[in-house]
Amino acid sequence: MDALTIHRFHFAFTVTFHYLFPQLTMGLAFLIVVLKTIALRTGNEHYNQASRFWGKVLAINFAMGVVTGIPMEFQFGTNWARFSKAAGGVIGQTLAMEGVFSFFLESSFLGAFLFGEKRLGPKAHYVSAVLVFLGSWLSGFFIIATNAWMQYPTGYRLGTNGEILLTSLGRLLANRWLFWQYLHNMTGSVVTASFVMTSIGAFYLLVRSHEAHGRTFLRTGVIAGVISCCLMLFPTGDQQGKNIAYLQPPTLAAMEGLFQTQAGAPLVILGQPDMEKQRLDNPLVVPNALSFLTYQRWKAEVKGLNEFSRDWWPDNIPLLYYSYHIMVGLGTILIAVMLAAVFLLWRGRLYGARPMLWVLMLALPFPYIATTAGWMTAELGRQPWLIYGVFRTLDGTSARVSPGSGLFTLIGFMGMYGLLAILFLFLVHREIEHGPEA
Amino acid sequence: MPTIWFCLVAIMIAAYVVLDGFDLGAGILYLAVAKTDDERRAVLASIGPVWDGNEVWLLAGGGTLYFAFPALYAAGFSGFYLPLMMVLWLLILRGIAIEFRNHLHSDVWEPFWDVVFCGASCLLAIFFGTALGNVVRGVPLDSSGYFFLPLWTDFSAGRDAGILDWYTVLIGIGAFLTLAEHGGLWVALKTEGAVETRARSAAARLWWAVVVVVIGITIVSFAVQPHLGASFRERPWGFIFPLLALAGLIAMKSRNALRAFLGSCFYIIGMLSSVVFGVYPYVLPCNTDPALSLTVQNAAAPPYGLAIGLIWFIPGMALAISYFTYTYRSFGGKVRA
Repeated sequence: MDALTIHRFHFAFTVTFHYLFPQLTMGLAFLIVVLKTIALRTGNEHYNQASRFWGKVLAINFAMGVVTGIPMEFQFGTNWARFSKAAGGVIGQTLAMEGVFSFFLESSFLGAFLFGEKRLGPKAHYVSAVLVFLGSWLSGFFIIATNAWMQYPTGYRLGTNGEILLTSLGRLLANRWLFWQYLHNMTGSVVTASFVMTSIGAFYLLVRSHEAHGRTFLRTGVIAGVISCCLMLFPTGDQQGKNIAYLQPPTLAAMEGLFQTQAGAPLVILGQPDMEKQRLDNPLVVPNALSFLTYQRWKAEVKGLNEFSRDWWPDNIPLLYYSYHIMVGLGTILIAVMLAAVFLLWRGRLYGARPMLWVLMLALPFPYIATTAGWMTAELGRQPWLIYGVFRTLDGTSARVSPGSGLFTLIGFMGMYGLLAILFLFLVHREIEHGPEA
Repeated sequence: MPTIWFCLVAIMIAAYVVLDGFDLGAGILYLAVAKTDDERRAVLASIGPVWDGNEVWLLAGGGTLYFAFPALYAAGFSGFYLPLMMVLWLLILRGIAIEFRNHLHSDVWEPFWDVVFCGASCLLAIFFGTALGNVVRGVPLDSSGYFFLPLWTDFSAGRDAGILDWYTVLIGIGAFLTLAEHGGLWVALKTEGAVETRARSAAARLWWAVVVVVIGITIVSFAVQPHLGASFRERPWGFIFPLLALAGLIAMKSRNALRAFLGSCFYIIGMLSSVVFGVYPYVLPCNTDPALSLTVQNAAAPPYGLAIGLIWFIPGMALAISYFTYTYRSFGGKVRA
């Protein structure tokens, strides 16, 4: 394996594993605030018990997010030194802001939230929950701001030695790519947390234990889930897609498997990109739909990959295409599941509808897969650029770190994270067994 | 402007060493001062609510270094690739050990995490000291501004030195002893009974070891890095930093636990600021050709970024310090087992 492949895989592996945890932290922090708001308004102890239970899950999940997050901040320097040297003056701003504005906030008040309920009293404890939520969502903002700048660089100029100089912090933080990407991502975190909540609620009802809490989890999760799932599609997903269409047109063509420019381009449901013959095998399509979704005209022309020079093509088009289609496909299925569940909830039949409970319980992994596929779409779609149109991925690696050293630490991280995954599942499983009344 | 950021980064790193230093030190002494499960829980409770926040100083310091001195961040982190990755693994293991130890009650669960916590804390202290030693000694930067160091070569501190040589290992031992002492004073301050007594006597014995090693380190550092001597000769007001360290060292012998702990804080700040002062204007000296060294000027980000950075950094850190004051105040006094 060459150095570039190893460094890319190194980052991809560690960041993919890492993001399994923050997405639940951010979504759950929001849902805990919802539960605590109900508890504070109604004075119903049941909701406090529920939020304590989810606080325990949050604590385990948060610890995993912290320990797998530290390597992310360091990997820019260890594995991507030439990129860091060139762009550190820009993306270092947002990364340092994350540390200063959100990590201190989160770490200070998470302890108060987890251990301080008795000492603080209900109001101050509520505030600590809100601050943990705020800190985690701010953290997400600064990370997405960093990524958005790499997707659509703005507020910079190039120096004489190829270094990238920040010229406007305001434009970095008000990047047009950032707004929708942030909302899309954060809504996704609520989707994940909603499905985790309904999954455990459904499990409790199916095994007939902790049933009162099971119903609360289902009710809360289904309502939050149906709203967030719909917001994923429209407007956030729709607008994110338009950003790609306007600002990264080769990426859109690759995501959709559109090799030739076409008026009235179809939306592909299934099919396999054939890179040799430059076409899609076994296509199953909705005619004209891509043109309509992108430009609101059925016969609008959508540019295919043939319009762009090869050195602008994403370097792994089939994987990008599959990632995108998995994200959209799963997203659609998740919306359908939540719509069915909310219908049953409205009719008052959800808690007894065992087939639906089975579906909700088993749906747990799918929002995680969808968010991972979504991030793969964003990151593979940006290739072959580290900073789109400005700085190539090839030029970003640490020149003095040998492929052998990279492979060594990659294997090390795989072993370490394998262990962490087992520990996490074991500890969360124990909390679920003990239940909210414990 | 780069010098202001140099000072700010140095302050953040010093804050990290002082704050995370005491919980690392508590980890080093953990198995020695706490024998029963209750005693171990007391030591963990003394750092439980704050260790994560302390570690945030490392992240925030790293982030600040990244945007203020991108060339230093890039060269340093890629050059120390292997030890840095090991530091990350140790930080992961240690964090998991602290957070997950008390989730389960079993004769195989807690003892396992106890050893992980103590072992990772010891190794991290040595690694951090070694890293500091490397920065003082210098690294073989090439003309493109990068280097890559093997873990060890022949253990000489010369031009072909690896990350571990006699000098950097010595600094590693110095850091280990200093943080053990620092942690001992913290545990003595925060606990009661047998743990407090053991921590107090461990700190008292470690004090002599710290004094011996610090004298040795001071002498050899001036020999290994001649620039240190030049700095103090050119700007004699810098002697205030070693004097601060000396005052702290003396205060550590105080019978008052709080005063002794604060003495240790000042000792650490004094030592680190002496090093920073001595190395300035270098941020990463080159030990093969001094002209290739990274300095405050040539490693800094351009002026706009540094200027605009101050505008958010100062209020941001003011907020952070207010959370810290709140956390430490609400968590004041001795922990109850």
